[in-house]
Amino acid sequence: MTAEPAIAVRGLVKSFHGRRAVDDVSLTVAKGEIAGFLGPNGSGKTTTIRMMCGLLTPDAGEGRVLGHDILTEGRAIKREVGYMTQRFSFYEDLTIEENLAFVAGLYALRPARRHVADTLAGLGLTSRRHQLAGALSGGWKQRLALAAAIMHEPKLLMLDEPTAGVDPKARRDFWDEIHRLAAGGLTVLVSTHYMDEAERCHRINYISYGRLVAQGTVAEVVRNAGLTTFVLEGAATARAAALLKGAPGVEQVAPFGTTLHVVGRDAAALRASATKVAEVTGCRMRTTDTSLEDVFIQLMGSAEDTRA
Amino acid sequence: MNRLLSFRRLAAMLTKEVIQMRRDRVTFAMMLGIPLLQLVLFGFAINSDPKGLPAALVAPTQDRYTRAIVSALELTGYYRFTHPAASAAEAEQLITRGDVSFVVTVPSDFGRRVERGDRPEILIEADATDPSVASGAISTLGTVAADALLRERGTEPEAAAAAAAQLQVTVHKRYNPEGITQYNIVPGLLGVILQMTMVMMTSMALTREIERGTMENLLSMPATPVEIMLGKVLPYLGVGAVQVVVVLVAAKLIFGVPFVGALPLLLAGVFVFVAALVILGYLISTAARTQMQAMQLTFFFFLPSLLLSGFMFPYRGMPGWAQVLGEVFPLTHFLRLIRAVMLKGADYAGIAQPMAALVLFVVAFATLALLRFRRTLD
Repeated sequence: MTAEPAIAVRGLVKSFHGRRAVDDVSLTVAKGEIAGFLGPNGSGKTTTIRMMCGLLTPDAGEGRVLGHDILTEGRAIKREVGYMTQRFSFYEDLTIEENLAFVAGLYALRPARRHVADTLAGLGLTSRRHQLAGALSGGWKQRLALAAAIMHEPKLLMLDEPTAGVDPKARRDFWDEIHRLAAGGLTVLVSTHYMDEAERCHRINYISYGRLVAQGTVAEVVRNAGLTTFVLEGAATARAAALLKGAPGVEQVAPFGTTLHVVGRDAAALRASATKVAEVTGCRMRTTDTSLEDVFIQLMGSAEDTRA
Repeated sequence: MNRLLSFRRLAAMLTKEVIQMRRDRVTFAMMLGIPLLQLVLFGFAINSDPKGLPAALVAPTQDRYTRAIVSALELTGYYRFTHPAASAAEAEQLITRGDVSFVVTVPSDFGRRVERGDRPEILIEADATDPSVASGAISTLGTVAADALLRERGTEPEAAAAAAAQLQVTVHKRYNPEGITQYNIVPGLLGVILQMTMVMMTSMALTREIERGTMENLLSMPATPVEIMLGKVLPYLGVGAVQVVVVLVAAKLIFGVPFVGALPLLLAGVFVFVAALVILGYLISTAARTQMQAMQLTFFFFLPSLLLSGFMFPYRGMPGWAQVLGEVFPLTHFLRLIRAVMLKGADYAGIAQPMAALVLFVVAFATLALLRFRRTLD
């Protein structure tokens, strides 16, 4: 049983008003893993997560979460999963302490008072426990939501874009906490569209237009994409960008400050085009590692193509 | 842990709901303020024994007997003859338009008949669309008119007595044949106020969670539908209890409504009624998507139940289909119950039927609400 993955779902499908929000998504997450769930806005991440924690009924597909059938054992899943919603969804008209007491009560934690006190102390919010949750800043709301989601010691934590609207320092602290929890044996599935966060995951799953288009470690995903990237550097990058758009082998042109990233699958054609433009505009040219972001932009484009 | 109803979880739900209710000051003030406001407003505005109502007189021959009766009627305070010399057709128009509440017709041979001792007749037509308008005026009518004739005929005791006995007053309560009793309004108001506040408050129960985005979180935690429903609904039973006390005390102190029945019986009925209302509100909130919709659904339910329950118009005066429709509203049964207990002093056997109906509503609404409750966000 120890080998059984924390999440193993196959062929999940969910449509809203005739539009396929999630189309044949299969996902496996090993125990203790931090799995990144990536994709642009509206790609079906939230819908997939909701299906896995029993908040939505899939139109098709099956699977198990923590060994419980997602179709029939939603209640068991809810008890063992901690779910942090995308939007802050605790009660803004309750104080921090009252919110935690409510959660402790619903999970029948005992002694509830102790759990709440410990969680407050862990958050460093003991002195502010009588403050209304609605008065907290975005970063604190996020910390409160995470603390509430793990108070009942779940085996699996599902985080839906947990760091949206949170400053970089708070984001770093948040990820340190996630890694600490995972080291303690907790499995984490976290959705995001920040590339730096994706790189903090053990494995990533990329979803676009409801379809899973890439899976693996960051290195694997980058390697499998088979992209080549050149950097052009110089004074005339704007002119170079205009010339490169639509040139043979060039699939992406993206300015990064004073440099220009040129990405494509056909390495030979790309080199030829880039070399020519570099000569014309007087830019220096060198190769570089393809970034995860380049890969994702490529994946987004191709997924769109297949759907159209 | 696995039971459908854990008291720890229910306690958590209840605590949370009570805190939220208390913190929403406007709503809380409304719950306590509205009953009093409505009671005072309606209690005084709805006068069950109105006086000085406009009347038209149709009397082709204005002899002394006619004048005697007219002045006697005016002296009762109920009638105010705004159209003292109307033709029958005019009078008909006046009462149709609602310009007068009464038409008093004294036939042209009235005086002759009085003097002959030959069964004099007068006809009073009352606009009974609002039945309470007519009742007081009509009840005083016979004796007042007879006394007036008596005085007018003078001292011959025998002839006078005969004339009085023979005076025939025909009363037509027009548009609505059944009048309601004097103290109907205030006990009925208890039902109306409870219905208004209880249903409206609980109809927001789930939509508020949905609109604030907290529903997703609530559903992701292991609370069962029964726990959520009871947690949402029970605090309002407490609010309802406060309203009941306020209204009953005010009914007694401000309006002097008689209370002849058993208090425990009444409280039992009120309890079941309030339970039916809060669960009905909760049922509405399982159907509504926004608080605005919940509000609209509440009013959609509120108005017909007000009109068809027998609060506004006598239940028996409605056509058959409307009476059937009226049975669908808890208020209908509650009105029967509270009027029977408060005004007629009914015992349990007397209210068993409405009581059973109310219990049935509780069970039916709760079942429907639990069936309708979406455990998922689908």
